[in-house]
Amino acid sequence: MIVSLVVVLPFAGAVLGLLLSRYPHGRGPAENLAANKRAAWFGVLPTALSTALIGWLAWENTPSTNVLTVIDTGGIAITVGLEAAELSVLTAMLVGVVALAVQVYSVGYMRGESRYPSFSAFISLFTSAMLLVVFAADLLVLYVGWEIMGLCSYLLVGHWWEERANSRAAIKAFLVTRLGDVGFLFGIFVLGFAAGSFRISDVMAADIPEPTLVLATLLLLAGVAGKSAQVPLHTWLPDAMAGPTPISALIHAATMVAAGIFVVARLYVLFPQPTLDVLGVAAAIGMLGAALAAFAQTDLKRVLAYSTISQLAYMAAALAGGARDAAVFHLVTHGAFKALLFLCAGAVIHHVGSNLLGHMGGLRRPMPVTFWTMTVGYAALIGLPPASGFFSKDAILYGLERSSSPIQLLLYGSALLTVGVTGAYATRAWLMTFFGTGKVQALPEPAPGTAHVFDGREAPASMLWPIGVLAIPALLLGFTDTGEFHLAPAVTALVVALLGAAFVYVIWRGAPERDPARLLGVFHGPCEQAFYVDRLYAAVFVRPVLALARGVVRADDHVVDGAVRGTGRATVGLSGLTRHLQNGNAQLYVTGLLAGVLLIAVGAVVLG
Amino acid sequence: MSRTVAALVTVSGSPAAMSVLLVALLLLPLLGAVALLVPGPLGTLAVRFGLAVSGMVFAVAVAVASLFDYSAAGRMQGTVDLPWIPWLGVRFHLGIDGISLPLVVLTALLTLLCLVYLAGHRPPRARELVFALLVLELGMIGTFLSLDLLLFFVFFEVVLIPMYFVIAVWGGEGRRRAAYKFILYTLLGSAVLLVGLLYVWAQTGTLDMVRLAADHPMGRTAQILAFVAIGVGLAVKTPMWPLHTWLPDAHTEAPTVGSVLLAGVLLKMGTYGFARVAIPILPEGAAAVAPWLGALAVVGIVYGALACLAQRDLKRLIAYSSVGHMGFVLLGFATLTPVGINAALYGNIAHGLITGLLFFLVGALKERYGTSDLDELGPGLLGRLPYVASLLTFASVASLGLPGLAGFWGEMLALQGAYEPAAGLPRELFLTFMVIGGLGAVLTAAYFLVMLSRLTHGPWGGPGPTLHDATRIELAAWVPLVVLILVFGVWPSALLGLTTPAVQALLGVP
Repeated sequence: MIVSLVVVLPFAGAVLGLLLSRYPHGRGPAENLAANKRAAWFGVLPTALSTALIGWLAWENTPSTNVLTVIDTGGIAITVGLEAAELSVLTAMLVGVVALAVQVYSVGYMRGESRYPSFSAFISLFTSAMLLVVFAADLLVLYVGWEIMGLCSYLLVGHWWEERANSRAAIKAFLVTRLGDVGFLFGIFVLGFAAGSFRISDVMAADIPEPTLVLATLLLLAGVAGKSAQVPLHTWLPDAMAGPTPISALIHAATMVAAGIFVVARLYVLFPQPTLDVLGVAAAIGMLGAALAAFAQTDLKRVLAYSTISQLAYMAAALAGGARDAAVFHLVTHGAFKALLFLCAGAVIHHVGSNLLGHMGGLRRPMPVTFWTMTVGYAALIGLPPASGFFSKDAILYGLERSSSPIQLLLYGSALLTVGVTGAYATRAWLMTFFGTGKVQALPEPAPGTAHVFDGREAPASMLWPIGVLAIPALLLGFTDTGEFHLAPAVTALVVALLGAAFVYVIWRGAPERDPARLLGVFHGPCEQAFYVDRLYAAVFVRPVLALARGVVRADDHVVDGAVRGTGRATVGLSGLTRHLQNGNAQLYVTGLLAGVLLIAVGAVVLG
Repeated sequence: MSRTVAALVTVSGSPAAMSVLLVALLLLPLLGAVALLVPGPLGTLAVRFGLAVSGMVFAVAVAVASLFDYSAAGRMQGTVDLPWIPWLGVRFHLGIDGISLPLVVLTALLTLLCLVYLAGHRPPRARELVFALLVLELGMIGTFLSLDLLLFFVFFEVVLIPMYFVIAVWGGEGRRRAAYKFILYTLLGSAVLLVGLLYVWAQTGTLDMVRLAADHPMGRTAQILAFVAIGVGLAVKTPMWPLHTWLPDAHTEAPTVGSVLLAGVLLKMGTYGFARVAIPILPEGAAAVAPWLGALAVVGIVYGALACLAQRDLKRLIAYSSVGHMGFVLLGFATLTPVGINAALYGNIAHGLITGLLFFLVGALKERYGTSDLDELGPGLLGRLPYVASLLTFASVASLGLPGLAGFWGEMLALQGAYEPAAGLPRELFLTFMVIGGLGAVLTAAYFLVMLSRLTHGPWGGPGPTLHDATRIELAAWVPLVVLILVFGVWPSALLGLTTPAVQALLGVP
């Protein structure tokens, strides 16, 4: 019962926010202010209640199932039900806390924005959908939530739709993930038909032959790769940074992108070794490639986006290497510290009026709170003790070190290298944002999509509070699971990470006004362009499909319809008798009807 | 009339009230149309009169739905069976079950909403237009209620005349050509359909659909022949690729109410024919032709989506999107499984609601801007007309099959049906269909999002010439559709509970 409330509350908030925020209607500045105020309550309150209820579930810690109804489709029934088990409650806790932080933060970030009511309502809808994914007891119910999350991502990335680039990014985010989701749906079919039920508990208990499992889980991986931005479907995530920064924090860093990892962890017993190997190879490529790409980005949010791809690949690698608990641990800590990093980045962008690292610098003095909290976030990202990332990364490296996977060497090597590159790119971003000389100057009113103009002050309290609150788990969450702590891999990782960080520091120290990414030399171009994958896809998929579409329109007019018109002309030409039908209209039908009656009569006489 | 009612009570064995209501569903629009023929100064009151009549029809449809015995949705209810043309063996045989009930209610609702919409628009020649719409309603409801093959055909044909006039008189610039194409094409299809129906009659000596579906007395070869003939006739109306080319022209030129009823109900008459006539009466024919049907269906899905992707005209785009959606419906039928046919029936209703709403919205845009060209309407519609553009976004998202909205269940269940088609059908082939259909779903999302991006996103340069956003009367016509799309999206049992027993009865599954 409580589980249902947890899911329904944010949904109700979304509905109310959309329908009632602006009631009675009016579009003046005063009405906007009133609407935003009301929308803020509709956004924050249900999420807060929902999060409290999740806390209650975590406290009770007894698995519960709640079946609402069973849909009889004529084939395998769909069970509309929710199930609260340990993994679900843990993930839901992350979702609830980050969503609440983001809702509060948005009140300040979107102050005065006339479309804030729909913005906060879509966040609530997203929260509800993600909680549905987390608690779903049936694969198809999970799929419903899974797709609604995609829609919310689309709507929120395109929030500032006046800008063409944002609109394009929104489309890309939706379509790339939907492509994966088709595979995901087919994977659900394979599992459901093999087990005779779509209920997750039934599927996990069913005795399914290994080849079927391999096929099913490979299909599921398509959806996982899409949502969790893993190679080869990762290209949408950096572009999705076009959305407002709170959205990047919630959807594109902490929660939705983690849904893929969550699903693999949830259905882990179903994943046979061959599938895990495929996942592992994609993860090994993705984590290092994305970390290198992050190092070369000039836009702070894109640095963090590639970093997210890289960190998600860490979790995927852990899953591939058999370290499921480590993956889930990192999922939670990463959710906390990456959301923190994005919210801090939002405060910085809010302050500077630009996303570009080149426009920042020396912000440590005007923004002390943001500086210290973001430092905590970076420390967790690099894996410095005592921040949370240190422990979860250590758990993953320990798991990979001892993994019995056939690609263990690849996974471990790639992970260790990535630790070094992560130290480097995080240090670069940190130095370029907060140190050196300040370049910020008052700008004219910026275009939509770049937040506000520089005002020389720290962000408002409604933004600082969520940042401060999120900094606590980002710093301390690691201590919740110290039983798994192992000194040797921790020291190794720490040394590698510090090496990367020190390298960048030395380069930066030499010339603080220049970008340390020049260290990449000839690889700078490929890294900045993320190895040209986007261009490849445009050439191989997008342009051919569009060309085909134009061909279909032409063919439809000339060939398919041409045949029809040709037949029509030929008939008219042949039969002078019917030519007069061209000018009549009533006669035409009467003739048709008569012909019909005649046919009936003939039929009656001849056949009857 | 009271004599007729009395006759009904004695003739039919089922509860009399239901039978009376079914006849009323046909009599009301008929009498309404006849009343409009009486010369008099009705003039501007015509639309209100039509509103009242269609309101009554809708009320009766709701009454039918509330009297319907949901525990026996697979059984024909409220049957009326009177001799009509004795020497031909044609009977006035009506009835309603879980398959036809949703379609009847949908028809009554959409007709009512069309008249609500007209009430805010003062159309030229209102009396004639309302007359045409009422005759249309009669034909549409009659098609869904008939249980006699020839009666079915007559109603099927009755629909064509008013629709022809609606396009030819109240249409756009190219209306003449489009109307000719529509009537010639569909008449040709009807001729083939009639041949098929007569062939069935010649083989079996009866026109009673219920008996034919229970016994299917025909041989395999005869069934295949009849299925092809009837199937082609129905496929023109559906429309199935490559018999679809009348549709884009008809939709582009038809007035808003014409497009709404065309997409919302008329196309469903074709697919309904598969569920009521072709598949239950000719099961062996269906099994033999199903792979072909499935192949043409998935070609239609991908082809329709590609055609939409490069479309410049919004009305044409939505017309082609119907080809794709009907592809999913036909794919569901082709699987010959309970899931697949359920999917088809669900897709039918969902498409009627969603595409009906889409055509209403496009009509509203065309009325305001005088064009349906994407580049002239866009960009930045969300800024200029926030309500219309938001509803357009909603309808597009529903149309691309987002879970939680009505369009999803039809698509998903059709693909599920294709994953495990009926015994005897080639499974590998249907798996291929499923994969192609899935990719078609991605393309469907692509063209809707590209359309939304071109139309609703982008710079709009602040408020320009003042165009009024959605009016009260427009919202009154649209909001019921929005609500139903949501209801059927989150509560699929509302429809599946009705159709499942009927489909199981139809396929002879216990």
